[in-house]
Formats: sequence, C-alpha cells, structure tokens
Amino acid sequence: MTLHVDGAVIGRRLPRKEDARLLTGRGTFVDDVVFPGMLHVAFVRSPIARGRIRSLDISTARDLPGVLAVLTATEIDRFNAKLLTFFFTPPAEFPFPLLARDRVAHVGEPIAMVVAQDRYIAEDAASLVTVEYEEETPVVTIAEAMRAPPIHTGADSNVGAVIGVEQDEDLEAAMASAPYLLTRTVRHQRIAQSPMETRGVVASKQGDELLVHISCQSPHLVARYLSHALDQPHLSIRVIAKDVGGGFGFKNHPWREEMSVIVGCMLLGRPLKWIEDRWENLVAACQAREQEMTVRIGLDRDGKLLASHSDYSLNSGAFPQVPDANVAVHMFMWAAYKMPQCGFYSRAWYSNTAGLGAYRGPWGMESLARETLLDVAARELGIDPVEIRRRNLITKADQPCTTPLGIPLEDITPAECLEKLLEKFDVTAFRAEQAAARQEGRYLGLGIAAYIEPTGAAGSMAPMTGEFVQLRIEPTGTVTALMSTHSQGHGTQSTMAQVIADQLGVAYEDVQVFEGDSSRGGFGPGAAGSRQGVIGGGACRRAAALLKEKVVRVAAHIFNVSAESIAIDNGIVHIAGAEKQARSLRQIAEIAYGEPSRLPPGMESGLEAQYRYDPPPVTYTSAAHACVVEVDVDTGFVKIRRWLSCEDCGTIINPAVVEGQIAGGLAQAIGAVLLEETGYDDRGNPLAVTYKDYLLPSIADVPDFEYLHACTPSQSEGGFRGVGEGGAIIGPPTLVNAIADALAPFGEVPLDLPLTPPKLLAVIEGRPLAKPAEKPATQPMPEPIASPAEEVTPHREAGVLVDGSWKMVLATPMGPQPMTGHFETQGGVLKGTLASDQGSQDFEGTVTGNLLKWEMKVTKPMPLTLKYELLIDGDTLFGKAKLGIFGTAKVTGQRASTTTG
Amino acid sequence: MSEHKIELSINGRRQRATVEGRMLLSDFLRVDAGYTGVHVGCEHGVCGACTVIVDGLAVRSCLMLAVQADRCKVTTVEGLAADENSLHPIQQAMRDEHALQCGFCTPGVVMTLAALTGGAEKPDAETLLASMSGHVCRCTGYQGIRRAILKLAGESEAKQP
Ligand code: FES
Ligand code: FES
Repeated sequence: MTLHVDGAVIGRRLPRKEDARLLTGRGTFVDDVVFPGMLHVAFVRSPIARGRIRSLDISTARDLPGVLAVLTATEIDRFNAKLLTFFFTPPAEFPFPLLARDRVAHVGEPIAMVVAQDRYIAEDAASLVTVEYEEETPVVTIAEAMRAPPIHTGADSNVGAVIGVEQDEDLEAAMASAPYLLTRTVRHQRIAQSPMETRGVVASKQGDELLVHISCQSPHLVARYLSHALDQPHLSIRVIAKDVGGGFGFKNHPWREEMSVIVGCMLLGRPLKWIEDRWENLVAACQAREQEMTVRIGLDRDGKLLASHSDYSLNSGAFPQVPDANVAVHMFMWAAYKMPQCGFYSRAWYSNTAGLGAYRGPWGMESLARETLLDVAARELGIDPVEIRRRNLITKADQPCTTPLGIPLEDITPAECLEKLLEKFDVTAFRAEQAAARQEGRYLGLGIAAYIEPTGAAGSMAPMTGEFVQLRIEPTGTVTALMSTHSQGHGTQSTMAQVIADQLGVAYEDVQVFEGDSSRGGFGPGAAGSRQGVIGGGACRRAAALLKEKVVRVAAHIFNVSAESIAIDNGIVHIAGAEKQARSLRQIAEIAYGEPSRLPPGMESGLEAQYRYDPPPVTYTSAAHACVVEVDVDTGFVKIRRWLSCEDCGTIINPAVVEGQIAGGLAQAIGAVLLEETGYDDRGNPLAVTYKDYLLPSIADVPDFEYLHACTPSQSEGGFRGVGEGGAIIGPPTLVNAIADALAPFGEVPLDLPLTPPKLLAVIEGRPLAKPAEKPATQPMPEPIASPAEEVTPHREAGVLVDGSWKMVLATPMGPQPMTGHFETQGGVLKGTLASDQGSQDFEGTVTGNLLKWEMKVTKPMPLTLKYELLIDGDTLFGKAKLGIFGTAKVTGQRASTTTG
Repeated sequence: MSEHKIELSINGRRQRATVEGRMLLSDFLRVDAGYTGVHVGCEHGVCGACTVIVDGLAVRSCLMLAVQADRCKVTTVEGLAADENSLHPIQQAMRDEHALQCGFCTPGVVMTLAALTGGAEKPDAETLLASMSGHVCRCTGYQGIRRAILKLAGESEAKQP
C-alpha cells in the first residue's frame, strides 16, 4: 500500500493517504472509541411540538437493572453550561436549554437522559420515563409564525432576527421606472444535512482533565466552544476527532445532546457515550434551509438589470444553531452581476420545529433565486438565457470594481467560466435536438447558471481565523505536519501533504499530516466556508519555505558553500557542482538535532518551523454550470442526461479532490431539487423520520459529471481558491432551470422545491397543485407597512429640538446594537458623537428641519462608511443607516436628555 | 431476556459468544467482536453501510440478529484483503478511482461489491451498478464508485478466457 510518486506532486491526482485505513475498516470514528467503565446514553424526547410539561416521572426507569442514572434539567442545569453559536455568542436574548425545563417547543426535544450499562437498556429505560404534557397549538410554518404570538416566553414576537428594510424610496423609484418588473417567490424546503455518520460524543473526565471524542468539523473549535460554554477555568479540555463521517455544516459545534452528555459525564464521574441514531437525527437534530424569498427585479427590455429587492424569510425552528437572518444571502445575491442597486429585508422566524443548522453553502438561496429568476426574465423578454447572463455578468475587464453593497472585486471569472463552458457545450446543437425531441413528444431542457462564492474568509469574525501548521523534519528525515485543519472527507491529510512535499522538495509519501486533536497544531474553525485548501494550503507553503530556508542554511554551513548552491529535490540535499556531497534530509536532520555544534553560530537546533497564515479577507471562486434533463411527461420524472461544470478554483492541489468536492455538492443539489424534504404536518409532527421517507439521491439519480477547470491563481499564498461548497450552491438553480426549460411549452414551473413528479405533472397537465401555494407566484407590490414613526415626514421648520442625548438602537445583522447619541446643532451643521460598547466616534453632518444626515467611517467588523438619515418627532427619532455590504439597518431612539444653553 | 450461545466464524477465526436474543448482528460485530469497520448509518436497512458477507451473501447486519448468525461464516471489511499490507482488488480499485471521501459508507460498498464478484460468476458492470442502489453515499456523488465498478467489470471481463 505504498504511495510512491515521482515528479511534481501538486496538481496531480495522487491517491489519498486516508484511504488505506478507511477502505479496510481501520478508521476511528467516534462510535469506535471505548473507555473502561463507559456508560451509554439514551434521551427521552418530546412526542409533541408544543406544550407545558405537567409532570415527569423517572422512578420506574431509574429502578431498571443496568440503569445508573436518569438526569433531567434539574441536575444538568446545576452546571450552568450555555449553548452558544458558532461565533461563541448567545443565540438569543433568552438562553437555550440543554434539556427541556418546563416547556417543550418541538417534537424530539430532549427532556431527560438515561445512563445505563448499554444502549439497549438505556433505550428500555427511556421508554419507562413518563411525561405528562399540556399540549398547545404549535406554530409550524413561516406564515403561521408571522401571525402567531411568540412561541418563546420572553420574546416580543416570533422574529428571531431582522435585517434590512422593507422599502427603500430610491430603490422603489428605480423599480417603478423600470420598463419590466419581474416578481417571483422562491421556496426552498426544509432538508436534513444527513452525513452518513450521525452525531456522537464520548466524554470522559480524569480529575481536572476533560477528554471529549466527538464527531465534529474542528476539534479546535469544539475545545474553544466548550471552554466558553462550560466556563470552568480549571478544566484542561482536549477534543479529539480522528475520522468523521461527513459534516457539511451540520457538525459545526456541539448542541443540546452533546453538551448534556459532557455535563452528565462531569456530574457522574464516568465516561459516557451517546451515538445519535438516524431517527433522532431526522427528528431532533438541527436541519437546514426552509426559506422563502420574494424577489423583485427591474430590467430594461434588453434584459439589463436595473434594480432589485429581496424579501427573505427563514424558518429558524425553536432553537436554531444559526439564529441570524443570514446576511450573506444578500451580500452575494448580485455580487457577480452588474446590478446598479439592490436592497433587502430579511427575517428569521421562530417556530415549533427542529432548529435551523448550517448546511453546505448556507447562503445558497441567493444563487437559486437569482439564477432561476434570470431564466424566467429571459423567457418573458424573449432573450436567450446565455445572452441575459452575458449582458449582465461582471467580466475580468470590468475589474477591479466595487459592488453597490461595497464588495471589492478583483479577479472573479463567472463570465469567463461561462464562455469556457460554452466552448464545450454546443447550445445551438442542443436547441436543434430539443426541437426534434419535442416533435417526438420528448421534453429536453437546458439549464445554465453562474455564480461566485466567498471562500477562505478570515480576519473579520471570531472563529474565522488564519490556519496554522507546525512543521518539522524529524531526525528520521520524514516530515511531520501538525495542523489546524480537519477532514470530514475533505482529504486534507493528503492535499496538505502535497503542498508541503511540493514546497519542501520531498516525496509525498514522506510527509505525514496529523489533524483531529485540539492538543496539537493550533486553532482553526475546520471545514467552514471552503477555507482549508486556501488558508491551510497557504500556511503549509509558508511554513515549508521557512523550514527549507533553515535546511539550506544548515547545509550551506556544513559544506561551506553559499546558500544559492543548495537545492532540495526528492528528499536529497544537493550542492551545485558537487553531486558527491549530496546528503539525504535525514543526514542533515541528524546533525541539526544531534550535533548543534556543527550548526551556524546562534542557530536553534532541530528542523522545525511553524506558520499561521492570514489570507486576504475573502478569496472568490467562480463557476458556470450547464445541465441537460429529460422530463417524462407521463410520470413527471426527471432524468439528468448531462452535467458540465466549469469552475475557477485557482491553483489546483489535487484534481481528484477538487472534482470530488464539486460532485458531492452537486449530488446534494440534486437531492434538494428532486427528492429530499423533512416536512411537518400541521401539528408539528415530522413527516420524514427514516431513510425510507427521507429520500437521498442514489447512484441512479446522479449522472457522470464533466469538469472544466479555469485555474486563475488567487491573491492568496499558492493561488488556491476554495471549492467545498460550490456544487451545493450552483447545482440547484442549474437543475431547476433545466426542468423549467424542458417544460416551458406547458407553462411556468413553480420555483418551489422539491420539484417532485406531482408538482411537475401539475404543470404538464395545466392544473393547479392540489394544495395551492400560500401566496400567488406573481404578487403585487407589498403595501408598505406603516409604523407610527414612518408617518413622520421631513419638514423644514426650524425649532425642532435636536440637541442633547439620545438612547438609540441600530438593528445590525449581528443583532440590535444599543448606542448613545449626542447631538449639537449650529445652524444647518450637526455635530455629534455615537457611543456603543464598540467605542465612541465623532461625526459631522447636516440638519434640515427635523432631518439629520451624516456619514461616518468605521473599521469594525470591517472598513465601512455608514450613512445615517434620521427624522426627529418630539422625543423619538426614527430612520435608517446604510451599512454598505450589510445593507440598510433601522435606527430607532428616544430622547435621554436635552442640552440647554 | 433470552440468552443464546452462538458459534460462528468471523474473518476466518472461530468465535463463541453468548448473546441476547435481541442483539443485532451489527452491534455484536462492532461491540462484542471488535470489528468496528461495520458502520451503522441508519439501523433500518436503507443505507447499506453495515453490509457484511454472511455465507457468501451480502447482508445488512443491522437487519439480522446475532443469534441468526450461529454457525455462519461472516466476513467484515477487516477480513477482506489477503493481509494487513495489501488491499483486495475492490479496495484497490476504489482507492485508485477516489471512490470515497469520509469513508463511512465505504465498508458497505466494498462488501457488496466483494460479495457479488467473489463467486465464479463475474457480474457485468450493469449488475454491479444496480447493486449500488442499495448504498447511500452522501459525500462523493458516486462518481468514483461508478468508475471503480467500470474498471473492475472491465478487468473481470478481460480475465475471462
Ligand atoms: S445501517 Fe444497516 S442499512 Fe443502514
Ligand atoms: S464517502 Fe462519505 S458517505 Fe460515502
């Protein structure tokens, strides 16, 4: 099973180092970890979606032989452990419980945990716990959440988060004057991330040392999370995850069950294991997507974009891991297109369903909505779908440029990817084939889509740091790398080894990469935001360069030659013109470690280097895809006949790994468009609780993908760009567009996933769906919702009392930001200060009657120019602040004091 | 709860055990016998990750009780290759074709293909591909699995006289 390769190691389809153990069943997944004296956990879960717990009787369960304990919130809460988000912040104004206390808010919510000698007995005992409920009517859908009183006590409404504004006058004016206005609502159903390995944790504690084996996406991130969430400063926390059976965002950080098990282990002083079963995974774990977006786009008759607004809602469930309103959806909605102006309004709604979690390309709704609407617009305007994109995509020649939301672009290539794709796919020939097929009653369709994706982000959010490597040439001559990266199938043990081998001049087989242990390497958030190739790869190159420099210095000193005459190739240190003196790395390493006196004066012994690489804030990956389907008009079944991907992920480390990432994402996209759905009935009962009802794509559903690589090196070290999420983002619109094209002769396909055979048959047979959509596909402009403050109009009258202190709240995408404002006016000039927990800043602007305007630059969380426009009405103020990339945010305020004199 | 004495061969080694009637074969192989290459993805017979070979046939070990394996010959993914340092041709083909990412579904895929190609009959690619409809892989989009199958089928055809 040796992996000897000759020649260049980067850019080649090398076999993966992980595969030998995984193919022979020798991986170590969390359920393979066993401790002496380990006990097993099963959870008692709510069978109802909403209600009060009237009584909880654990006595029979506790008395079952083999049961060690039955823990409820009373015991678990003694530790005061907190649930936090991926950003280590509280998920809401009210704490999320580990185990339910007196109320339940969704089916499957954990209420008690049984600890027993094996899982069989634990499950027996769990079934003996009796809970009495006072059932209440659940809030299940977004539409219900909008109407219903809050499901959480202590909240004012079911809105968990809100960003943007419903109506922006300038934007409304631009859309009103557009020659063509397209409005559609796009719906993405709720789906389950479904890694083949479910969640699981084995927690053990020896004295002050807590050792946690967990199925996760970064043991470093979990260790940091636990340190915040447990807040036990004396604890030494070590987290290990050797092999993980898929993550996809689902395993970003521990949640209610894992935290309960860890706390239970500390309470009982015994190692505890919990492995989620598939029923629990489909019923109780965080799920993904369930969102809808009403998009309005103004275009001219040639299909040129003029303005757009998106009104977006997510069903966050009861206890979401991602409780925000997903600002990334809006940031990237039009980033690759010449869209002169756009705005958005986003709300996340609580409901009595499983919480929302992350899933590969969490913001992908933007591409689904944009690309499908562009095709609708193209059809209505009689423009070719390729042409409408050519007229609007940002090309290389247009850059550098900055999008209306303030995103700087230097090297995106969606337009170039599209052209490259079209060199391989002959649209004209396809249209002829399509026309001929229609004559025979066969319906072929072509879907095209293009996008950009932010990858390798670092430096602006707490967990999104640089990546780290500790690299050494061992005294044996082999190379060891301890990394901050982590693989749940990504193959980073292989790709990082390729980068190191390439940079250092050693054989691929001689580089060993270690990950998966928070006590080694350094912090990194793991597979989150397609970052590891970009940033981990950059770190490997930089560290390898440092190490190489040291080897060269040592060798130059030993042989008394200049550094320039030394070269390392395939693990051999050569001296130009003195081939006989060539030494193996091992020989040099033995000297470097064992004979420090032979090193240059002052040099540290050993051959070790480390580097934490901070890349540019964002590295963009671009792509264009094309897909051909045939829809069977008798059955409504979709057969995918061809799928081409042309992506630009910069310098490629291993094409097999890159293509594997694209293919995996596309298969998930196919599942989302055609098959997958975890729905609820109107009592909040989940409708897909096994893999017999939750349909995942099988081999027969996924075609052979064809790949074209554009390879524009990025600005980051090594020129890499991320590729982990692209397929899952660009896949859905590509496939939806193909189906819509195939069925165009029958009518418009609803933008309502999944596109199941019954939905497509309804289009083919020209009848409305049995269950009509809540809102018509084309809706009139929403009526502006008048809030009392919005009725205030600017007026020019003097004598408005501005001066003094104001208590203000800015509704930012990160949550409401309380501020204190201090204003002083002098004629038309406004001078003031805004202070918050982020610091305080002075500004100068204008005042006209009751209208206040100013601009100010901030540097956190990133450099932005904030533009405020406020109206004063007596002792209240109301208005908005334009936050660049983060859209527009509402500002409200109350007078705190007046300045006199 | 009923207890049963069973005797079976696992990966060529005879083994005796006492199991509860309700013990799944998957749990017995993983927990009692220590063959953790048997992966459990659903426990209801859909995903195929738990597939092992019982008396020459590919079987979902989550749908079989340990007691039913009494006097059977069981092979898990750990017992497939000739020795610790080599790969079975199925494993080799999957490695060459990058047919795995996280590797969780992999043992099941390998065992089904090994069971089908292990006999005298050499199934064609179509049969092998059809058998994969009983395996769920969430990572790879099945691209490498399909390539490995085509390669294996090509090889097995080539070897025929
Ligand atoms: S675990 Fe047996 S088929 Fe899924
Ligand atoms: S490789 Fe991850 S499920 Fe198949």
